[in-house]
Amino acid sequence: MKTTSHLSAVHRILLILSGLALVAVIFLPIWRIELDAAQYPEGLELQIYSNKLAGQVDIINGLNHYIGMKTLHAEDFIEFKVLPYIILFFALAFLLTGFVQNRKLLYGLFFCFLLFGVAALVDFYIWEYNYGHQLDPSAPIKVPGMSYQPPLIGYKQLLNFGAYSIPDIGGWIFILCGIILAFCTVREWQNNKTLKLKSYEKL
Amino acid sequence: MASAMLSTFHACKPKGAGAAVSGDAAEKVYVAPGKYDEFYNFVSGGFSGQLSVYGLPSGRLLRVIPVFSLDPEKGWGFSEETKPMLETSHGNVPWDDLHHVQLSKTDGNYDGRWVFVNANNTPRIARVDLTTFRTAEVLELPNSGGNHSSPYITENTEYVVAGTRFSVPLDGESGDVPINTFKKNFRGTLSFVSVNKDNGNMELAFQIETPGVNYDLSRAGKGTSHGWFFFSTYNTEQANTLLEVNASKNDKDFILAVNWKKAEEYLKAGKGKKVTGLKYAHNTYDEKSHTAKTSFNTETIVLKAEELEGLCYYIPCPKSPHGVDVDPTGEYIVGSGKLAAVIPVFSFAKMQKAIQEKQFEGKFGGIPIIKYESALYGEVQKPGLGPLHTEFDGRGNAITSFFVSSELVKWNIKDLKVLDRTPTFYSTGHLMIPGGDTKNPEGKYVIAYNKITKDRFLPTGPELAQSAQLFDISGDKMQLLLDFPTIGEPHYAQAIKAEKVKDKSVKIFKIEENTSPFVAKGDKDARVERKGNQVHVYLTSIRSHFTPDNIEGVQLGDEVYFHVTNIEQDWDMPHGFAVKGAKNGELLIMPGETQTLKWVPDRVGVFPFYCTDFCSALHQEMQGYIRISKKGNNVPLIYSLGTNQPQEKTN
Repeated sequence: MKTTSHLSAVHRILLILSGLALVAVIFLPIWRIELDAAQYPEGLELQIYSNKLAGQVDIINGLNHYIGMKTLHAEDFIEFKVLPYIILFFALAFLLTGFVQNRKLLYGLFFCFLLFGVAALVDFYIWEYNYGHQLDPSAPIKVPGMSYQPPLIGYKQLLNFGAYSIPDIGGWIFILCGIILAFCTVREWQNNKTLKLKSYEKL
Repeated sequence: MASAMLSTFHACKPKGAGAAVSGDAAEKVYVAPGKYDEFYNFVSGGFSGQLSVYGLPSGRLLRVIPVFSLDPEKGWGFSEETKPMLETSHGNVPWDDLHHVQLSKTDGNYDGRWVFVNANNTPRIARVDLTTFRTAEVLELPNSGGNHSSPYITENTEYVVAGTRFSVPLDGESGDVPINTFKKNFRGTLSFVSVNKDNGNMELAFQIETPGVNYDLSRAGKGTSHGWFFFSTYNTEQANTLLEVNASKNDKDFILAVNWKKAEEYLKAGKGKKVTGLKYAHNTYDEKSHTAKTSFNTETIVLKAEELEGLCYYIPCPKSPHGVDVDPTGEYIVGSGKLAAVIPVFSFAKMQKAIQEKQFEGKFGGIPIIKYESALYGEVQKPGLGPLHTEFDGRGNAITSFFVSSELVKWNIKDLKVLDRTPTFYSTGHLMIPGGDTKNPEGKYVIAYNKITKDRFLPTGPELAQSAQLFDISGDKMQLLLDFPTIGEPHYAQAIKAEKVKDKSVKIFKIEENTSPFVAKGDKDARVERKGNQVHVYLTSIRSHFTPDNIEGVQLGDEVYFHVTNIEQDWDMPHGFAVKGAKNGELLIMPGETQTLKWVPDRVGVFPFYCTDFCSALHQEMQGYIRISKKGNNVPLIYSLGTNQPQEKTN
């Protein structure tokens, strides 16, 4: 029975590498919102890190006052305090799963990672919804029925600005880690099934 | 019959100089919308006192940089911070005449760091910083009258020079002499201004005192002749009246060759004489505090040319030479006698040999005169009338401008043969090839800067624009491509590849680095303070409001200082500031910058102020009010934004 709990060497290396890559994600931009307008041919950029906002935050805040959007401040988000630890937790969990020979741990990690991914997107959506809808009623520019929620992912026109929301380098690494994890999980599950079958045949 | 005869006579008359523009000229100067020009062309603004920046080959005006004259558009000389830049020993001088432009050099090529320019009337040299395109420094020159042969520089920008156009008695009370004692009392000084390699700061290193003549233009040696400087002189007749006639008598005037390395040796050896009791201004603008300051210097070191052997030599040059230009190798020195029938080309090597072998034909004012033939490489025969200036194409050719015959003439430096000539419209003064005075000219274009335009553009009354004319010189024949009008009068100009400058251009000033004593870094710093009869208003401006925008409690007799900080940190987002009745100008404040406008109210009432630069969709809302009350009343000093102070009383 001991052999059935082993993970293949390839999968273990993949998981360990993914764990290391996730450590890097803590320090890399995860998501980006690019803004384009006639007056900004060079574009404006908002980058979301695990612990901070970067890019031209002050300029975007300055522009947003016209439509009464709340100004963005990293300290207003609990996410920036916990996110580095959550990612670190997953990095360690990947490494642990790579080193410890336990298939159940792998299944557990896959489930948790998937859940986190979905939760993060939902949180991001709510975040965007609130900023896009909770507008100062005394704002200089009021367009009836208009809200300014940026797209979760993809492109959307908001007045004179085109907003383009996509994962940044950290986000892509995160997604790749998820795909690797899914691949390893599925393969191990398949291997396990055939192994079990073979064991039964031997009996 | 008569009409037939008339038309026949007309046919006999030679065709005018209406040079044809060939078919592909438009294509060669067309820079599509949104595309950049290949060169920055820094063009002197002449009697406007400013420096203009054009793009080449399009001829589009990119900017006018205020230097020696007031510029109400930009608040230059009107804001408290920039007023010291126009300070001189005579007080605040609001105008000058800017003639020549020199890009800073490293190894004899443009390095894109600074532009030096001269003030011809009240002798000064200014340095423009090419990261900000603003005047960073102005240095006044003592013992000078008319700083014309300036600000020519050495091949590593070791020195910027200034030669006095008008010889004058030296500064001080002993200068009160009869004018007709020119020969005895008038002296010609050549100022050598050192330039700090790291920050560009200028300092008057020394002056060379020479016999009294008029210094016209100058050029540094380069390559083989590095270490020497050449100044053209006229009025070696030493006339002090009717120079038109009296200074045109001598068959030959001189080019003065100065061995400035030798001068450095003499200085080290303590041969310089310290001259005290002078007064000359040194103005510097600090980009961190956004403030200029003036300091006055009182002394300099003078080297007497006639007493120091090997420092200066005269080379005879026909008929009141104007330009003295050195070819890319440094070996050939071209003198352009304004009234001469030939262009003499001197050889640096021959000149050195002549000095060694003492081939002199006497002395002038104690300085040896090298024999003309001993220094001469050869003469360009029948080049044209009224040669003024020469630039080089980097392919062994020179192009000389002719004022009287109104043309450019291309000739070969080695065989001195004329290769091509093309008419200009009209009466060219300076000419310019990009990099034309460097070791490596970009021989693609030549521009003629013309004094007269007459029929070339739509008439605008008696006062017409002067012009620049762009020619393609990449082929054997010079080809006219474009005319464009210029500001003021264009004298010398230089052009540099855009790549050497454009990426260093500053977009904003960082607000956190602003060290102005009057900065308000955010709305929380915005305030109004009274100090005696001075009221200091610390305003912030950001799209689209001032903080504060309602101010009360100011009294007639107060002096109000509006210290406006533009707290934007976004590219191309200046704000302006103007207040009704201001007797000076406006402010134009770049992002992160603080500028101050002094305003002395002359009556009671409520006065609006507003942003003058259309900054945003709500620019027209960017305004405020300041209330002026009678002296001694009890209106409290209050200020606010958004909420009324004090609370409104319902009537």
